[in-house]
Amino acid sequence: MKRIAVLSAVIFFSAAASAQQAPPHESKKDGPATQYSVAASEEARMKTLEDQVRALAEQVTLLRGELEAMRDARSVEPRSEEPILLTASHVTPGILAPSAPAAVPASPEPTPPPQATQTQIFGGASSNAKLLNPDISLIGDFIGAAGRNDVSPSPSLELHESEVGLQAIIDPYARADAFISFGETGVNVEEAYVTFTSLPAGLLLRVGKMRAEFGKVNTIHNHALSFIDRPLVTNNLVGGEDGIDDAGFSLSRFLPAPKDWFFQGTAQVFRGDSDDLFLATRRQDLSVVGHLRAYRDLGESTNLDLGVSYARGHNNAGVGTGFDPSRFLTNLYSADATLRWKPLRRAIYHSFLFRNEFFWSARDRVSPAASFQTQHAFGLYSDAEYRANRRWTIGGRFDRSGHAANANLTDTGFSAILTYWPSEFSQIRGQYRFGHLADPVTTNYSNANEFLFQFLFVMGAHGAHPF
Amino acid sequence: MQHTRIHTRIRALAAGFLLVLALSVPPAGRAESKLQIMTATTDLASLAQEVGGDKVDVESIARGYQDPHFVEAKPSFLLKLRRADLLIVVGLELEIGWLPPLITQSTNPKIQVGAPGYLDASRFAKILEIPTGQVTRAEGDVHPLGNPHYWLDPENGLRIAKGIQNKLSEMRPNDSAYFAQRYDAFEQRLKQADQRWLADMKSYAGRKIVTYHRSWPNFAEHFGLNVIGYVEPRPGIPPSPQHTVELIAQMKRDGVKLIIVEPYFDLKTPNSVARQTGGQVVVLTPSVGGEKEITDYFKLFDYDIAKLRQAFDTVH
Repeated sequence: MKRIAVLSAVIFFSAAASAQQAPPHESKKDGPATQYSVAASEEARMKTLEDQVRALAEQVTLLRGELEAMRDARSVEPRSEEPILLTASHVTPGILAPSAPAAVPASPEPTPPPQATQTQIFGGASSNAKLLNPDISLIGDFIGAAGRNDVSPSPSLELHESEVGLQAIIDPYARADAFISFGETGVNVEEAYVTFTSLPAGLLLRVGKMRAEFGKVNTIHNHALSFIDRPLVTNNLVGGEDGIDDAGFSLSRFLPAPKDWFFQGTAQVFRGDSDDLFLATRRQDLSVVGHLRAYRDLGESTNLDLGVSYARGHNNAGVGTGFDPSRFLTNLYSADATLRWKPLRRAIYHSFLFRNEFFWSARDRVSPAASFQTQHAFGLYSDAEYRANRRWTIGGRFDRSGHAANANLTDTGFSAILTYWPSEFSQIRGQYRFGHLADPVTTNYSNANEFLFQFLFVMGAHGAHPF
Repeated sequence: MQHTRIHTRIRALAAGFLLVLALSVPPAGRAESKLQIMTATTDLASLAQEVGGDKVDVESIARGYQDPHFVEAKPSFLLKLRRADLLIVVGLELEIGWLPPLITQSTNPKIQVGAPGYLDASRFAKILEIPTGQVTRAEGDVHPLGNPHYWLDPENGLRIAKGIQNKLSEMRPNDSAYFAQRYDAFEQRLKQADQRWLADMKSYAGRKIVTYHRSWPNFAEHFGLNVIGYVEPRPGIPPSPQHTVELIAQMKRDGVKLIIVEPYFDLKTPNSVARQTGGQVVVLTPSVGGEKEITDYFKLFDYDIAKLRQAFDTVH
C-alpha cells in the first residue's frame, strides 16, 4: 500500500510540476483605456477636450480607411496567439467579443466573401458561454427481436439504449469524456473519466469510471460494435453487456518496441464491482486489469493488432456460505488478434476486418460437495466483416463459450449480419442468430433461432470513429 | 493469506511502473536538432517544408490520395506524434473523425489542442461556404465552420505559409531569419507560378463544372470557374438515382460537360453522368501526393491545371 501511495505521489507531483512549467496563457486584448477626467468644469478645458475628440475621430476614420486598404490587399498577419481551446472554435474575434468597439478590429483577416457569413449565434454576450459547452451527442439504439430463444430471450421491441456523450477539453492538461446511458431499466453512467494528457514520461492517466482495457470487445460501446448483441463469451464469462466497467485509475504508456512495432502497456486498478463478475465486499478487494498491446502495419492498407489481457477481482460465490467471502476470486485471461484491411484510395467503399478473441476464466466457488474449488471455463468468438460498398457491410460471427459457474455446459452459436448505412449518422442492421444454448438452471440444451434488427441514429457532435 | 497475495501483486505492479518511469527519461541535449513537424495532410506538410527547409523534418498523417475526412487513427501514427514538436492541422472539423483520439493518446503535451505546438492552419486562411442560419445534417455532413478544402487557393497557401513561418520563428527564434528568407523565396516563386496558372486558366474563366464533393470552392473562386452542381446529393451522402437524374438534366440545360472527381471516389456514377451528357470525367487530385509526380504544392496546381485544360479542350 505504501508503494502505491509513493507512486501516486510521484505522478501527481510531477503532473503538478509540469503544469507549473507550462507558460500561462495571457490575453493580449487589453484595449487602450482612454480615460478622461472631466472633473473640472471650466469651459476652456471642455473645448480643448472637444477638439481632441474631433481629432481622434478623424484619426479613427483615417485608420479605418487604411485598414480597409490592408484588407483589400489581403495582407496576412497571424492572429493574436491566444490558445484556441476548442477544436470547434474557429470564430473571428469579432464574434468572440461582440461588445468590442467597431473601430478596433482585432483581426486583419480578409473579409469573408459576401455569400458566406458567420455561423449564427444568438443572444449577444451570453452566447459566448455556449462556445465553451462540451461536444454533446446522443446515440439512439433501437433493437427488435423475433424468433425463439428459451434461454435468454430479449424483448420484441425496445429502445435498448440512448447514450448521451459529453466531451470537452478541461484545461491545458486534461480532457474529459462522459457517456451516460439511458436504458430500459434506468440510467447508468457507462463511462465518465478525465484523461491527463500532459504527464511526464509519456504516461497517460485516466481517472473515473470506464470500460476496462480487457481485450477488444470489452472496450467497445454497444453502438460501435459490428453486431447487435454481444458475443456469448461476454455474457458467460466477462460480466454481461457492460463487461468490466468500474470506477478506478488507468495508467498506460508506450513501451520500447522493435522497429515498426507499436507496444503499449496499460495497468488499471478498480474498486472491484462489475455487474456480477466482480464484487468487492471490503475496501481492499480492489480488482486489477492489465493489458499489453502490440500493433504493426503490414503495409499502408493492412495491419495487425494483437493483445493479451489479465483481470482479477473478488466474486460473490462465497457470500452466504460458511467460507470467508474474501477468499473467492475470479481470474480472467484473454488474447485477441485483429487483422484489418482498408485500401486508402477506396477507404470509404471497401474494408475487411477479422477478429478473434479468446477468454479463459478461473473462478473460485463452493463445489456441490461443499468444498472450495476453482472452476475453469474457456470461450471465444471469431468475427469477420467486409464492407462491400459505401452503404453495405456483411459480417459473420462464430461463438463458443463455457459457463463460468458450470464447467460442463458449453454454448455454441453463429450469426450472419447485414448492415446498411444511409449516411455516417445512421445505421440499419439485421442479424440472424443461431444458438445451441444451455440453461444454467436445468442444464438442458435448446436451440435458439432468432432474427434481430437494429436502428441506430446519431445526433450532435461527430464523434471519432473507434479503431 | 489472500490479502498478502494481492498486496504482493499490487506492489509488483507499482514496481513495474516505477521501472517504466525510470526507463523513460527523455534523452537530453536535443534542443537544436531539427524541429519535428507532423501535419494532418500532405498539403500542409509541403507548405511547412517550403518554410522550414532543412531545419525541420515534416511528415503527414494522411496520404494525398486518401479522403482526409476518413483517416484511420492507427497506433503507428501515435509513435510519430509522440515525438512531434509541432502539429499542423487543417481544422474546421475536417479531421474530427480521427485526429482527436490521436492527439489525446499521443501523450505529447506539446501538441495538445491549445498548446504552443498545435497550429490550426484554418486560422490564417480565407474560408468559404460558412453556413448561415440553422445548420442541420439534413444538409449532409456539413462543416458548420466553413469548407475545409481551403488550401486549394494559392493565396491561402501563402497565408498558411506565413502563419507557419511565424510559428517556426516563435519556436526557434535563432532561425527566424532563415525562415523569413525561406518564406520570401516561397512567396516570390508562388506569385510567379500563380501568374502562370492564372494565365493558363484565363481562357476558361466562367466555365461551368460539376464536382463530386464540395472540395473545390476555393480553387474555383481563384481560377474563375463556376461550380453548378455536385455528384453527391449532399456532402458525405453517396449519389442517389433521383439526384443523378436531376444533375444530368441540369448539366444538359446549362451545357456543362466537365465532372471533376477526387481520386478517392468511385467513378461509376460520374462516368454514367458523363455518358448521358456527352461530357467527360476528369480526376483531379485535391492534395499533394495524390499522384506520384505531385511532390509539392507547386506541382499540385501544375498537375490539376494541366489536366483541367486538357479536359476543357477535349469537351469543347
